[in-house]
Parts: sequence; structure tokens; C-alpha cells
Amino acid sequence: MSAYKDKDPRIHGIKARIRVVPDFPKPGIMFQDITTLLLDPSAFKDTIDLFVERYKGRNISVVAGVEARGFIFGPPIALAIGAKFVPLRKPGKLPGQVISEKYVLEYGSDCLQMHVGAVEPDDRALVVDDLVATGGTLCAAINLLERVGAQVVECTCVIELPDLKGRERLNGKPLYVLVESH
Amino acid sequence: MSAYKDEDPRVTRIKRSIRVVPDFPKPGIMFQDITTLLLDPQAFKDTVDMFVERYKDKNISVVAARAGEDRNPTLEFPITESLAGIEARGFIFGPPIALATGAKFVPLRKPKKLPGEVISEEYILEYGRDCLQMHVGAVKAGERALVVDDLIATGGTLCAAMNLLERVGAHVVECACVIELPDLKGRERLNGKPLYVLVESH
Repeated sequence: MSAYKDKDPRIHGIKARIRVVPDFPKPGIMFQDITTLLLDPSAFKDTIDLFVERYKGRNISVVAGVEARGFIFGPPIALAIGAKFVPLRKPGKLPGQVISEKYVLEYGSDCLQMHVGAVEPDDRALVVDDLVATGGTLCAAINLLERVGAQVVECTCVIELPDLKGRERLNGKPLYVLVESH
Repeated sequence: MSAYKDEDPRVTRIKRSIRVVPDFPKPGIMFQDITTLLLDPQAFKDTVDMFVERYKDKNISVVAARAGEDRNPTLEFPITESLAGIEARGFIFGPPIALATGAKFVPLRKPKKLPGEVISEEYILEYGRDCLQMHVGAVKAGERALVVDDLIATGGTLCAAMNLLERVGAHVVECACVIELPDLKGRERLNGKPLYVLVESH
């Protein structure tokens, strides 16, 4: 579901602050740049507030953020709802023991890692990223959390690219987004 | 200056929550892992609160921080830089401080990560160079800026961050880090800019 459809008055300002940059990182791609959202303290606060209002009464004990832009939205949500923040990272970045989840891209594969012991079987988790496209990364994140026995309550992103059907790739996990971009 | 010396009661818990991982990313390095701090909601909140209390009345209009991009650990670079160069997690501490103080948040990133027009600052490491970029137009002349990072080691990257901000005419009010490695003397490399840290690690 998308808050956009729900017509919260703050959404318009948030969507207006997202800059689309053509041909980045390569020709043909319209890149959804959230850095301009971060330059508007009110719109950035509204973004976080919308997420916090949705999740604060739901006993979420861990917010897992996908690097790197999930690190911008995840921690403020975690802080506001009193949850742990767990970074999900590319290989080689987390020190100590990790578990890994490989996932398939259009060309090739990638890998997401999480610290062993960071998340426990009775944890209720929220997965955060700035954007969902094909859903591959979110799916890998869900798998990491479920493999250690946590319950993934929902995935949440600022932006969804619905034409890429990422929502269908989440094994039935609900997805909440603020804006859609076609 | 370090809050540790000021003996704020919150600092003990913050320091205790930071995990030191030996021999990461390579043998001989004692890696300061702040992810364990993030697993303690009270300690994480205290960390952010201490920064916010310090800066909320200082008219800071922009908080700038680096993303956690990797340096390739298989490349040769010195022990001292690898602490700062690999696992910069300013992205985690910067945004909450910006949100609480009403400032903009500006990410500083390695090349090719920021779309659109950027300015670049190259900086020299003991062996080789690195580069930090900022969006053109993100920061305006006369803005008052805070640079945030999880850790300061030699100060090379903080220095590059400050240069980027000053080149567009902003005034860097202070640099703020959770952890300082004082033996690496990064504080001296900041061109006289003040540095505020919560904990020191020797």
C-alpha cells in the first residue's frame, strides 16, 4: 500500500523534493535521488514521522536498514520507536561473524550480510530502504532476518517503482511506501 | 574535547556498548565496531542526544557526513588509514542529529555515488589517494556546518570533508565523532577546527 494513495498532506511535499536524474548511473536509467529530500528539514522530518506513526505501536524490536541509503532512514525510525538498528551490508564491511544471503540481479548476483547475534528469534523486524525496484535486495534482507528466526512484520521504503513489480517478490510480506514513481 | 573526561553518566554505557574486533580488516588492527552500540536503543539514543544537546542552539544549518563506502581491503594502505577509510558510518549518526536540530543533511560520498553535479576533494593518504564528493548546490555560502563521523583516526577524511564545505563558502563550526583514537593525532590535522568526541580509545 502507498501513503500517496491515502493522500496524507505531507506526501506532496515529500514527492516534490525527490529529484529524478536521467541517465544515472548509466544511460536510460531515471535515478530517484533522495538527497534533495534531505536538504529540506521539514520534508525529511515528515518522511520519518510518517514511518514512525505507522510503526510505533506495533512492538517492532529491530529496524534493519539496507546500505547505504537505508542507513539514512532506518536509524531515525529505530530511535523514535525504541528499536535496535541493524545494518545490512555488502560483503567485507561488517567485522566479526556474519551470515550471508546471495541474491540474483538482472546480470549476475550480489550478496547481503548481517551480524550473527544482532537479531534473535523473538525479534519483530522492519526492513527499511530508500527505494524498492525489482525487490531483490528487500527479498535478501527478509531472508536474512527469517533465517535467524525473526518475524518480518513489514518492508518499508520512501519510493516504489511499481512497474518493476518488486512488491510481488516479497513472499507475501507487506510493503508500505510513501510515493510511487512510474 | 571529550565528553568522557567530563564524566557525563551516559558515556560509560556508550563506551561499553562499542565492540572492539581484533584483526579486522587485517591482522594487527583493533577495529572499533559501533554496530553493537546500535543494538542498544538507550545507548544509541544517548549518543544522539549528547550531540543534539551540544549543537541545537548553535544555529547549525547543515550536518554533513560520510557514507560507509569501502576501500578495498586487499589494496595496500596503512594500518592507520584503514580504521577511518573502510567503515565510516557517519550516515548513521548524521541524519538523527540533523533531524533533531532542524538542519539539512548532506551526504559526502566516494566518486560515482552521487548523481548529478558534484564537487570533489582529493586527499592524500600515506600510500595513495582518495576522493570525497558533495553535490553542487547542497550547501550555500554562509551556512554553518557540522561534520559528523563515527570515528576519527588520522583526521584525513574529516579534513577533506571540511575542505569541501569551506570551498563552497560554508563555515565549519565543529567536527563531531563518537570515537577518537588520540594516538593517531587526528585532532591536530583539522586546521584548528574544534573537535568534539564522546569516547577515546587507546
